Amino acid sequence: MTEVKIGKSPTQMALKRLRKNLLAMGGAVIVLIVFFLAFFPSWVVPHHVDGSGIYTYAEQFRTAEEYQKPPGIPGHPLGTDELGRDVLTRIVYGAGISLRVGLVGTAVALLIGLILGSIAGYRGGRIDALISRLTDTFFAFPSLLLTIGILAVFEKPNEVVIFAALGFVGWPGVARIVRGQVISMRGSEFVLGAKALGQSDFRILIGHLLPNCLGPVVVVSTLMIAGNILAEAGLSFLGIGLPPPIPSWGRMLVDSKEYWVDMPWMGIFPGLAIMFTVLGFNLLGDGLRDAFDPKMKD
Amino acid sequence: MSSEPQKPVTDDTILELDDLKVWFPVHGGVLSRHVGDVKAVDGISLKVKAGETLGVVGESGCGKSTLGKAIMGLVPVTSGKIHFESERGKVELSGLSRRAYRPYRSEIQMVYQDPFSSLNPRLSVQEIVEEPLKVHQTHMSSEERRLRVEELLEKVGLRREQAERYPHEFSGGQRQRIGIARSLATNPRVIIADEPVSALDVSIQAQVINLMRSLQRELDLTIVFIAHDISVVQHVSDRVAVMYLGNLAEVGRTHEIFSAPTHPYTRALLSAVPRPDPDLKREKRWVLEGDVPSPMAKPSGCGFRTRCPIAQEDCARDVPVMATVGDQHRAACPHAGRFEELLEERSSNKGS
Repeated sequence: MTEVKIGKSPTQMALKRLRKNLLAMGGAVIVLIVFFLAFFPSWVVPHHVDGSGIYTYAEQFRTAEEYQKPPGIPGHPLGTDELGRDVLTRIVYGAGISLRVGLVGTAVALLIGLILGSIAGYRGGRIDALISRLTDTFFAFPSLLLTIGILAVFEKPNEVVIFAALGFVGWPGVARIVRGQVISMRGSEFVLGAKALGQSDFRILIGHLLPNCLGPVVVVSTLMIAGNILAEAGLSFLGIGLPPPIPSWGRMLVDSKEYWVDMPWMGIFPGLAIMFTVLGFNLLGDGLRDAFDPKMKD
Repeated sequence: MSSEPQKPVTDDTILELDDLKVWFPVHGGVLSRHVGDVKAVDGISLKVKAGETLGVVGESGCGKSTLGKAIMGLVPVTSGKIHFESERGKVELSGLSRRAYRPYRSEIQMVYQDPFSSLNPRLSVQEIVEEPLKVHQTHMSSEERRLRVEELLEKVGLRREQAERYPHEFSGGQRQRIGIARSLATNPRVIIADEPVSALDVSIQAQVINLMRSLQRELDLTIVFIAHDISVVQHVSDRVAVMYLGNLAEVGRTHEIFSAPTHPYTRALLSAVPRPDPDLKREKRWVLEGDVPSPMAKPSGCGFRTRCPIAQEDCARDVPVMATVGDQHRAACPHAGRFEELLEERSSNKGS
């Protein structure tokens, strides 16, 4: 044992291992770029955006040939779409939407999953059986179908509805992981010790059990963000996501399918945006999984 | 009995178990019917005196850990009573709910067996040691707690700077010191030490034991020292209680138990202790045969009769009661007084 180094918590050590993982750091860079685009879109693209979308050319030109431009022309590095809207601008503004759906949808799933999973794992018995059968039931549905079913209830799905639907579909994965972690630690001596001190069940859960679920939960959340971004794109593609003219990446893919032959750039660039963002989150998630693996030693 | 000057001698007993039973129901089958009980602790009466170290010794599975957990209120008591002479007066711990037990927890604390699983790996030493203070001394400010933790760490032979570290940065012996510091945080009067050194190297064992002994003198602690290593128990205990299959076999002052064991099981345990004496005759040792019966299906009468070298017919019939065999020395064997004679008889029967 070296006495010189200062105390490092297991989380700090995991992050240290993460920093050594090149692929994961690549993923982290992509994720950071997406975050940057989402928070400061106007710093990246000059075109103005209002709530209804971006119309730069449509009013000024009469014929489609005049405003439907391929990539590379000045002011429109990724070209324009069928209405003459700048593709780059819409992709940059779309980052915020994708990220919101990914993060908030995951947060909803985490909230439900953490509560139900920890109760099931800690209480055990009938409550555990009930919650576990409920998660099994949710797992039995194809997730996209279940999301569509939930969205079908609402006439006009807005962002909040999509967040809730994705969270509602995603919680069983979180619940199952948290339940397993809690069960594996419930009988350990430090939990017994906390009980012997007179700590309440709630304090034991919050102070002792849930912090020890941190690693797996962080990993599953990162991967779930990627899954939710994909799910939102899929839903938009199927026409039940966010309504036009909101520049969601999935929406842009749908809009492009009519012009696939003449204007392929309309679909290629939003597709690449989805691909790289999901890749970034997945690389980061895999890296976190390795970093939090208790068998890893540095 | 010698009375210590600093303590008011009212009743020497600080903790009293009265026919304590802890049975764990076993459910089986599709309908999870009640198919039996694991009789982990099956009728133990015992007094723990203030300021003493009582060693509880026995094989794995004899119920000694369950006994400790029952005192701590961590397992439900099936029947019997646990009386505790608390600072607030006499209280019966066995009947208390978890909430009602809580105020007394600052007076009874536990040290655990496994120094690796008894400390939450995500908490720093500071957070681990101050947890009891957060529960019981709610008026303390975080600065007061920090000072108290530093004081405790130095008391158990660690350095105050180590409060910022995490459990994985310590060795087994150091971790056990952290566990001891935690148990001392609320100034308890009774410490239940459940196999506190059996996970440690022998050289470290001695350090931890000596630490506990000096802390006991300094802080006037009563220690219930649960262990399976009889030589460790001999070293630390003022009195020893020998357990077998949920029952008490023998209780007495340490030197009496070791110099004049009465119960056949105690004799067997002592003869199993390796002695560094090359001239010791092989014949003088005899070894227990067979395994401990399941605590779910205990033998009728005396629990030890299936392995006892002097078992008689009535042993299967009558549950032996604790009988006084000397000053503060009790044993649960009606034939203990004729041990040599009966053993002789048996070996001559075998020979013919």
